[in-house]
Amino acid sequence: MRKLKYWQAINSGLAEELRRDPAVMLLGEDVGRPGGAFGATQGLHAEFGEHRVRDTPISEAALTGTAVGAALAGLRPVVEIMFFDFVTLAMDQLVNQAAKMGYLSMGRFPVPLTVRTMCGAGLGSGPQHAQGLEGWLAAVPGLKVVWSSTPADAKALLKAAIRDPDPVVVIESAALWSVRGEVPDDPEATVSIGRAVIRRSGRDATLVAWGAAVTRCLTAADILAAEGIDAEVLDLRTLSPLDTEEVLASLHRTGRLVVVQDATGPCSVGAEVIRLAATEGFAALRAPAELVSAPFAPVPFPPGLERAYFPQDDDVVAAVRRSVGKEM
Amino acid sequence: MTRTSSHPRPAPADDLGVDLYRTMARIRHFETAASRLLASGELPGFLHLSIGQEAVAAGVCRALTDDDYLTTTHRGHGHCIAKGARIDLMLAELFGRAPGYCGGRSGSMHLADPGLGILGANAIVAAGVPIAVGGGLAAATRGRGQVAVAFFGDGAVAEGVVHESLNLAALWRLPVLFVCEDNQYAEMTPTETHLNNRDITAYASAHQVPAETVDGNDALAVFSAAERMVRRARDGDGPSFLHCRTYRWHGHFEGDAQNYREAAEVEAWRGRDPLRVLRLRMADESVPTAIDAECEREIALAVEWARAQPSPDPGSVTAHVYQPDGASCGS
Repeated sequence: MRKLKYWQAINSGLAEELRRDPAVMLLGEDVGRPGGAFGATQGLHAEFGEHRVRDTPISEAALTGTAVGAALAGLRPVVEIMFFDFVTLAMDQLVNQAAKMGYLSMGRFPVPLTVRTMCGAGLGSGPQHAQGLEGWLAAVPGLKVVWSSTPADAKALLKAAIRDPDPVVVIESAALWSVRGEVPDDPEATVSIGRAVIRRSGRDATLVAWGAAVTRCLTAADILAAEGIDAEVLDLRTLSPLDTEEVLASLHRTGRLVVVQDATGPCSVGAEVIRLAATEGFAALRAPAELVSAPFAPVPFPPGLERAYFPQDDDVVAAVRRSVGKEM
Repeated sequence: MTRTSSHPRPAPADDLGVDLYRTMARIRHFETAASRLLASGELPGFLHLSIGQEAVAAGVCRALTDDDYLTTTHRGHGHCIAKGARIDLMLAELFGRAPGYCGGRSGSMHLADPGLGILGANAIVAAGVPIAVGGGLAAATRGRGQVAVAFFGDGAVAEGVVHESLNLAALWRLPVLFVCEDNQYAEMTPTETHLNNRDITAYASAHQVPAETVDGNDALAVFSAAERMVRRARDGDGPSFLHCRTYRWHGHFEGDAQNYREAAEVEAWRGRDPLRVLRLRMADESVPTAIDAECEREIALAVEWARAQPSPDPGSVTAHVYQPDGASCGS
């Protein structure tokens, strides 16, 4: 184990996969010589050369399409799309092409494509650099969507994505960029896509979150513990396909569900988790499920408004208190 | 999935003209049969036919090998046949039958064959263009002299991703051949209504991609230009752009009322039938006549076979949404 920052863990994961498999290639704006707009590809251009770590034009659609074609033709491309919001420019290639080729070809044409992108929420980056569009992607059959909350997962899930036969969108959190954590040294350490993890065990309520919101849930759980409320924190890690088994198991342990997300509520991943609880988990529910999300509005830029926009520790604490019937 | 068929593909002839004629005839008979089958209600879904444009598919693909890549469009039967796709499996796919190219689940617009480098037909205009650039990137990485061809129509030229793809392929000197099959209509809209600059090669020149316009109804002219461009790509000299002027005899889709063009215009272009253009240049008139008869028999047998195949099991509808771990990738 060694302590790495979130971005360093990503960097280490990319380097290891580039070393491990000559078919792996990085493509993206500024990923080469500049080392990535935020440093995630630092040193890789120098080690692996311009053919495997390619700077590209600002052409998200063609870039993603090129990666789809390269994946069909035997490479394992890893595309970086600098901000999550820019994924909208690549939607045809992700939704209509990458997600469907494996299905349409009866598995004869898998698309082993990885798309890395970063959500800028929490840094004052404004309405076109801070959106959480994970619900869009998680609604598409054929795409896998993962979002790590720790440096260890940021590396392990990315490595699993690169090795996966299907297209995987790997979302990273700008808000976690410099957070440090223990990361295994073993280059074969991966995390299975599709598996959630319990970050903190508890008996009274289940908090479900992913990405940077997990940290706020853990803080909220500490505050609640001081009040005698024992919250369990479940980190989804994979948003599609959803680990319904783990979510339902936790709900059966606690009887209460609070989903916390930085994205807006309608038609979201959080709403899908609530749907799961209302259908398959209904018998276990001892209180109405709660969705703590951003309001249905674009992301504002100034710190005060942004703070009000994204769910904070206090919002999570209040929702759990409501759920267990201890409002203050 | 097992694939059995009652009949093999005809052996390729060694003579260029005969070979080109045979490819065009197979496309013509295939699509004529498909048109009839749709009209009689036997084929489900949409059908976009390339009758009248066969010389482009035949000419370009004659310059390729099985190892090369191509992407095509909603009007892609001809390109797939010219690249060597099996007609019986294509027909089974059009019928929506289990032994079809895509298990009968994809229909006319998504034919793909990893073994032949067919990286997919596509129901999204221009979407196959960057995918071919990706094939070119893989080819360049591998360094075995493979090339990738992107077939697209004049309608696709108004899509931004075509220009992004031209820039990328030129920037990286990728072995890509951009083939614009200019049938003069973007679906139902004539070129003058959808492109301000109707000199389509200018869009390639803007990215410093060498471009040429050829008579897209002359298979020999198409082949000759394509062969030069493919050689250039194999030699590592980067992408080229082949603009083929041709014409679509049928509507945008089968059933299109075609109120947007005059019958006289269609008739004038029928007079320039690419099969007849080539036939007139062949020394022995009996050769194309024999090929036509042979193709007619081949298609009739394939239709009969495809029609008799079982439909996909409704229980398989979620199979292959995701691939099993460790699935083999690419070719």
